Amino acid sequence: MDINDFRSILTVLGLLCFLGIVAWAYSSRAKKGFDEAAQLPFADEDMPDRDVGHRKEGTNNG
Amino acid sequence: MQSQATYNYKVVRQFAIMTVVWGIVGMLVGVIAAAQLVWPELNFAEWFHFGRLRPLHTNAVIFAFGGCALFATSYYVVQRTGHTTLFAPGLAQFTFWGWQLVIVLAAISLPLGFTQGKEYAELEWPIDLLIAVVWVSYAIVFFGTVAKRRTSHIYVANWFFGAFILTVALLHIVNSMAIPVSLTKSYSAYAGVQDAMIQWWYGHNAVGFFLTAGFLGMMYYFVPKQAERPVYSYRLSVVHFWALIFTYMWAGPHHLHYTALPDWTQSVGMVFSLILLAPSWGGMINGIMTLSGAWHKLRTDPILKFLITSLSFYGMSTFEGPMMSVKTVNALSHYTDWTVGHVHSGALGWVAMVSIGSIYYLLPRMYGKTEMYSTKLITTHFWVATIGVVLYIASMWIAGVMQGLMWRATNPDGTLTYSFVESVKASYPFWSIRLLGGVLFLGGMLIMFYNMLKTISGHQAYDAPVVAPAAAHA
Repeated sequence: MDINDFRSILTVLGLLCFLGIVAWAYSSRAKKGFDEAAQLPFADEDMPDRDVGHRKEGTNNG
Repeated sequence: MQSQATYNYKVVRQFAIMTVVWGIVGMLVGVIAAAQLVWPELNFAEWFHFGRLRPLHTNAVIFAFGGCALFATSYYVVQRTGHTTLFAPGLAQFTFWGWQLVIVLAAISLPLGFTQGKEYAELEWPIDLLIAVVWVSYAIVFFGTVAKRRTSHIYVANWFFGAFILTVALLHIVNSMAIPVSLTKSYSAYAGVQDAMIQWWYGHNAVGFFLTAGFLGMMYYFVPKQAERPVYSYRLSVVHFWALIFTYMWAGPHHLHYTALPDWTQSVGMVFSLILLAPSWGGMINGIMTLSGAWHKLRTDPILKFLITSLSFYGMSTFEGPMMSVKTVNALSHYTDWTVGHVHSGALGWVAMVSIGSIYYLLPRMYGKTEMYSTKLITTHFWVATIGVVLYIASMWIAGVMQGLMWRATNPDGTLTYSFVESVKASYPFWSIRLLGGVLFLGGMLIMFYNMLKTISGHQAYDAPVVAPAAAHA
């Protein structure tokens, strides 16, 4: 067995690994976690309630 | 409930501001280079020559403008989605000053003619070492922050940022292996066609991971936030992430069609480039469909206009790229301005526009404001930039196809129909249109700079308090 057999095996393993990931992603087990993760940007309100950093009033162009 | 600690906004603020500054510098150098093609008299001394300004332009827009945008957004997103402050904020400050030093050294050394001669990896070995140190520090800060997050999930944007950081470290270190002979001169550790293959393994993955994965990370946070809707399909984001990771690494040989590279390697590169269409469009569709049910927001929100238009250009250029990697198409397109048009469809249309949208989102928040000084000026910027991109890529498409057809045209007796200089002469009108497109895009950046100054002036820097994560999910 030379190094090229090893390379071929690695390529096939890479493909199998990817197909495994696809199967996992489409399984019903993964769905709940995905739904939670998709909400992460919204569990975090990053808009200041009002302008908090200004020194003088009325500089905010609406 | 909010704790007392505040997020590390300082480094985000610094990188966000420098994104705009380096964007103007890098695009100005690009406009000068474009003008040199129209008026060759502008090639003054050797340090102001097209051959030296062109790598300065590419380095400045990719690594200075794009790099600063990626640092700013990744530091912001990893903190906000993990509900935690940065790991090793001192090291984060080092990445800022280190990266600025790299940019300044590039701006000095490239015009002076110090180069390793590898495209997008021109910088000489001492600067390469500095880049490696800064990049490893970046990885420590980013992954340290991921590790100390207070949420159970790692949001998908951070997966993309993480892949970008890891892969760029690998690419940079392997491709920059060189034997120094003096402080300013080194020779590649590789020889011949291996050197070429490693260079384009680096080069194409720089496109795939620096210019794609990183900016997809940006897209996966800022598009949902600005549209106020969760990503269209989280499942699709996971699948196309791993598809990109498994596929991009193989596509490099398409830069070496019809060279000394073995034929089978060229064909492998072509096939994997064709496969890349699927994961690329997965990301594009996922981003655009996030807006489904909220399309009306596009009419009034110029930041969303930037973000969604960037995805349209991403879809266009990732269709064009696989097509150009087909060997028979490449026989026409390679070495012509079509390639330049394709690159700018990706670089201006996708990378710059998604960065500009994200920076417009970030800047007011960095100063405790709810929006930029002028929303009208963002709209103006959007239209000026869009017209600029369209003029740029349309002129380069026409010029490129024309050049390819002229170069391959033969007379019945087998001699070439056109001399090279005839194709240069025929290209002039299109180079002028390209210059106009570049000037418009640069003009848009100047509008952004003015808007940024007005947003910042009179306002103190603001660090938002760390938000406690929502109660554990049921």
